[in-house]
Amino acid sequence: MFSNLRSIWIAFLHMFHKRETIQYPEEKIYLPPRWRGRIILSRDPDGQERCVACYLCQVACPVGCISLQATQDETGRRYPEFFRINFSRCIFCGYCEEACPTYSIQLTPDYEMSEFHRENMVYEKEDLLISGEGKYHGYNFYRVSGLAIGGKDKGEGIEDLPPVDVRSIRPDK
Amino acid sequence: MAKMAKIIIDGKTYEVDSSKNLLETILSLKLNLQYFCWHPAMGSVGACRQCAVKKYRDENDKAGKLFMACMEPVVDGMRVSIEDPEAKEFRAGVIEWLMTNHPHDCPVCDEGGECHLQDMTLMSGHNYRRFRYKKRTYRNQYLGPFLHHEMNRCIQCYRCVRFYRDYAGGDDLNVFGVHSSVYFGRHEDGVLENEFAGNLVEVCPTGVFTDNTLFQHYTRKWDLTSAPSVCVHCGVGCNTLAGERYGKLRRILTRYNGQVNGYFLCDRGRFGYEFVNSEKRIRKPMLRLSGENRLSEADEETAITEISAIIKSSRKVMGIGSPRASLEANFTLRSLVSERNFYWGVPEQEFSLLTKEMNILRQGSIRTPSLREIEKCDVVVILGEDLTNTAPMIALAVRQSVRQVPVQSATPYKIPHWQDAAVRELVQDEKGPVFVATPYATKLDSVARTFRGSADEIARLGYAIAGAISSDAPKADNLNEEVCVLSESISKALNKAERPLIIAGQSLKSEAIVNAAANIAYAMRKAGKNVELCYTVPECNSMGMVMMGGKALDQAFHAVEKEAMDTLIIMENDLFRRDEKQAVDRFLKRFKNIIVLDYIENATTERATAIIPVGSFAESDGTFVNNEGRAQRFYQVFVPNKEIKESWRWVRNIMVTSGMKEFSRWKNLLDYTQALIKEMPYFTGIDTITPPPGFRIAGRKIPREPYRYSGRTAMHADKTVHEPKPPEDVDSPMSFTMEGYRGQPPSSLIPFFWSPGWNSAQAINKYQIEVGGPLHGGDPGKRLIEPLPNAKPSYFTDVPKAFAPREGEWMLVPVYHIFGSDELSVHSPGVRELVPKPYIMLSPDDAARLQVTSDSELELGIGGQVERLPVKINLGLRPGLAGYPVTLPGMSVVRFPVSVKISGVKK
Repeated sequence: MFSNLRSIWIAFLHMFHKRETIQYPEEKIYLPPRWRGRIILSRDPDGQERCVACYLCQVACPVGCISLQATQDETGRRYPEFFRINFSRCIFCGYCEEACPTYSIQLTPDYEMSEFHRENMVYEKEDLLISGEGKYHGYNFYRVSGLAIGGKDKGEGIEDLPPVDVRSIRPDK
Repeated sequence: MAKMAKIIIDGKTYEVDSSKNLLETILSLKLNLQYFCWHPAMGSVGACRQCAVKKYRDENDKAGKLFMACMEPVVDGMRVSIEDPEAKEFRAGVIEWLMTNHPHDCPVCDEGGECHLQDMTLMSGHNYRRFRYKKRTYRNQYLGPFLHHEMNRCIQCYRCVRFYRDYAGGDDLNVFGVHSSVYFGRHEDGVLENEFAGNLVEVCPTGVFTDNTLFQHYTRKWDLTSAPSVCVHCGVGCNTLAGERYGKLRRILTRYNGQVNGYFLCDRGRFGYEFVNSEKRIRKPMLRLSGENRLSEADEETAITEISAIIKSSRKVMGIGSPRASLEANFTLRSLVSERNFYWGVPEQEFSLLTKEMNILRQGSIRTPSLREIEKCDVVVILGEDLTNTAPMIALAVRQSVRQVPVQSATPYKIPHWQDAAVRELVQDEKGPVFVATPYATKLDSVARTFRGSADEIARLGYAIAGAISSDAPKADNLNEEVCVLSESISKALNKAERPLIIAGQSLKSEAIVNAAANIAYAMRKAGKNVELCYTVPECNSMGMVMMGGKALDQAFHAVEKEAMDTLIIMENDLFRRDEKQAVDRFLKRFKNIIVLDYIENATTERATAIIPVGSFAESDGTFVNNEGRAQRFYQVFVPNKEIKESWRWVRNIMVTSGMKEFSRWKNLLDYTQALIKEMPYFTGIDTITPPPGFRIAGRKIPREPYRYSGRTAMHADKTVHEPKPPEDVDSPMSFTMEGYRGQPPSSLIPFFWSPGWNSAQAINKYQIEVGGPLHGGDPGKRLIEPLPNAKPSYFTDVPKAFAPREGEWMLVPVYHIFGSDELSVHSPGVRELVPKPYIMLSPDDAARLQVTSDSELELGIGGQVERLPVKINLGLRPGLAGYPVTLPGMSVVRFPVSVKISGVKK
């Protein structure tokens, strides 16, 4: 008897506490930028796809929900021919983002991904690719790699010396 | 027996072979030590300074000195340390220097994930680039359709030029420039000329030379579903690893086999695989329904019922087998049509020549060497074979045998033979005795003494050599002086040799050459000498074909003339490549139903009334027998779709449906193989080359996929989100998944080479009993042909007459091309690029007489048809002979020997 009354009393007191319930979806919770939600593919500062199709996210993924195929344009720039994430399998662990050498794949503070059909949770490249740089600004992989691509010849990278002149015997060449 | 030595490594005593260097020994003991420039097939040069170890004078020496392990001979009582902190620091330091210039490229580098440089960097512990300055860059070169060049990644280990120039005998790849800017490439952009250039992909420890065909559909090593396979592009039977991803074959790598191809492959074998992905692949059964003229697609069940109905209603069914199909496939077709109605789809001439080769080896006392043993021969006589184009890997082996004699000169100077640079310095350009007799100039000429002549003249030379060795051997008469002198010096060289080898084959379509080669061997044996005899064969299962025996295509042509047949089943064979078009046309017209089982569209499938899609080497299991008589098993790499099945499985399903119920007990490949052995006991043992399908290690199958295989829940998600069940393999103890036993499988079941810390092909070291030796558990494959030591075969006596050119007539000699003569590889885009255009080869004298040059066209009458062919001039060709490229796309098929008249010249 006493215990019942005590419970009613405690419940009554809760009417004066601060409310935890949020009026979702009208009102939304604050999520920090590093929240691990929906995955996107970003672009480099020049507006090109950052992904170089290195397959590291695919291999880092513990549930194997990323799949892609590399290809290259006529200038030798490698990019994914297709890039697919099966969000119905994704556990949002963020290993793909950690593995990515180009800051391309990033997790965002968006979690609103419910669907009635699992098929709709399979995102292809056009669903994943955003038009900005995402969380990491300024990085462009091809500017620091030695590879020549369209718009960046050999030796034009940030870390590169001009190409060697094989026919010269001068020590500074 | 090698001399053993006791050495102490990091306080532990090991008993090792003292003829090896320290690095080889350390790797053979399965210890880890970094290296770059050393390669097990190429010896040591001490260029990269990476394999430094501490060597101590005696047990009191605590300081020790740094030595390069690859340059140190193993000495009894030697004390060394790999783990010594100073040695480790030195090795990490060397890597750090290399990394000052190595680009930040791994994500876009095709070597990434199977890079020896990555592995060694990790092993050394170096992880942070302290050097703050910029990196050196280079411009790349176009090196042809097979290789991708990215010179920035080079670490100057010199392996590429050592392989290309010293090992494979190429001369258009070299090192240029000076000091810190040396450059490995060609003098100008262009296709690499050597036929073994593709090996640079595996020889290069980093990503300078990568596989350009893989580049076009790039997949990391860890994502490939791989299986042990056997090359189908010639008769040598090199072992390969074939890798698949997303239903497409992605690349071929060397599968080390200590008895066959060792560490290398030819470019046809490595890059010819893309026919598997060709748009001309047959992927669905095609049937001609009653009342229709066109073929239309059908599903598997309809195809089987329709074809079974055709077979049941036929009075006579004829089956045509193929030397490019497995033993099991041919045997199953033979079971369907009965032995009486089974014919091989090769011309009588080729069939009887190959049978002759086999009989000489099987009933004689002469042993045929394995590919690896050819490398060890010291005198080689090649009769009539353009090896570089007919059996490329044998040519590579002969190039190694050239060094056997000169290398001996290092022994008195106490230079160990693995000291590659020192030995080469001593040997200079000296070459061992190799003699090449071919009608036209070949690539092997650069290391050989040559003879040029028609097939008959080559055979006469062979007889002359035999006659010079043993007086009772039949001799050729009326020899000219050149042949006399040459045969005399060849017989002298053979008599002096410790391990002589005769190589011949059927490529010139001359029985006399096959006989002459055997006569030389018989004469040597009579004279009490050791000798070996190697015959080349044209296709991957040619030897298996003649071992099974039977009738050839010409007999099939006769058979239909004699009795009416209504149904023909052709398996994996394009008859229009085998004989003249009119003959094949006439033959095919005799049949109401032509059922063709094949994997690629060709002239024969165009004539079919039903086509069945069968698996290529990558989609089926089976057994091939190579030129040495070695039966080798190849495994299915992937399951493409429901309809593409092994030929033998299709034929068996048809048999069962058409009422031959007894065959329903053939369930997996082993049942077929055992039934084959029961009927043909000389194949005994081919069922035990590899463990049976029920074989398990710790209750588990051998996975075809590495444990890092990725993307499994996304790769099919565009079609269905419910991951399909992985296909099951009932024919082998391997699974199509990444689950299974993770240790080293038996040697015949190695799907990829990998060992912890060794992701590159260099992991092979861990799979060998000792470096460069056999794999753990013995090299896979079983030799079915062994000599009978007491056999006393008698000499062949059909000495041909000397060749005399006839005015206005040219005798055609077959010419072969590594890229072009093979049926399947020409469907690969890269190979296709290098296939020569049709042409006719003339001697310089004839060209001068006809007043033609290389841009002229000749009009020839061949087999009742007139052909116009551009001229190529070959310096070696004798007047009166004309080279005719066989089975080159665009050339018509002719029966040799044949003479042609030139009916017109267009300059």
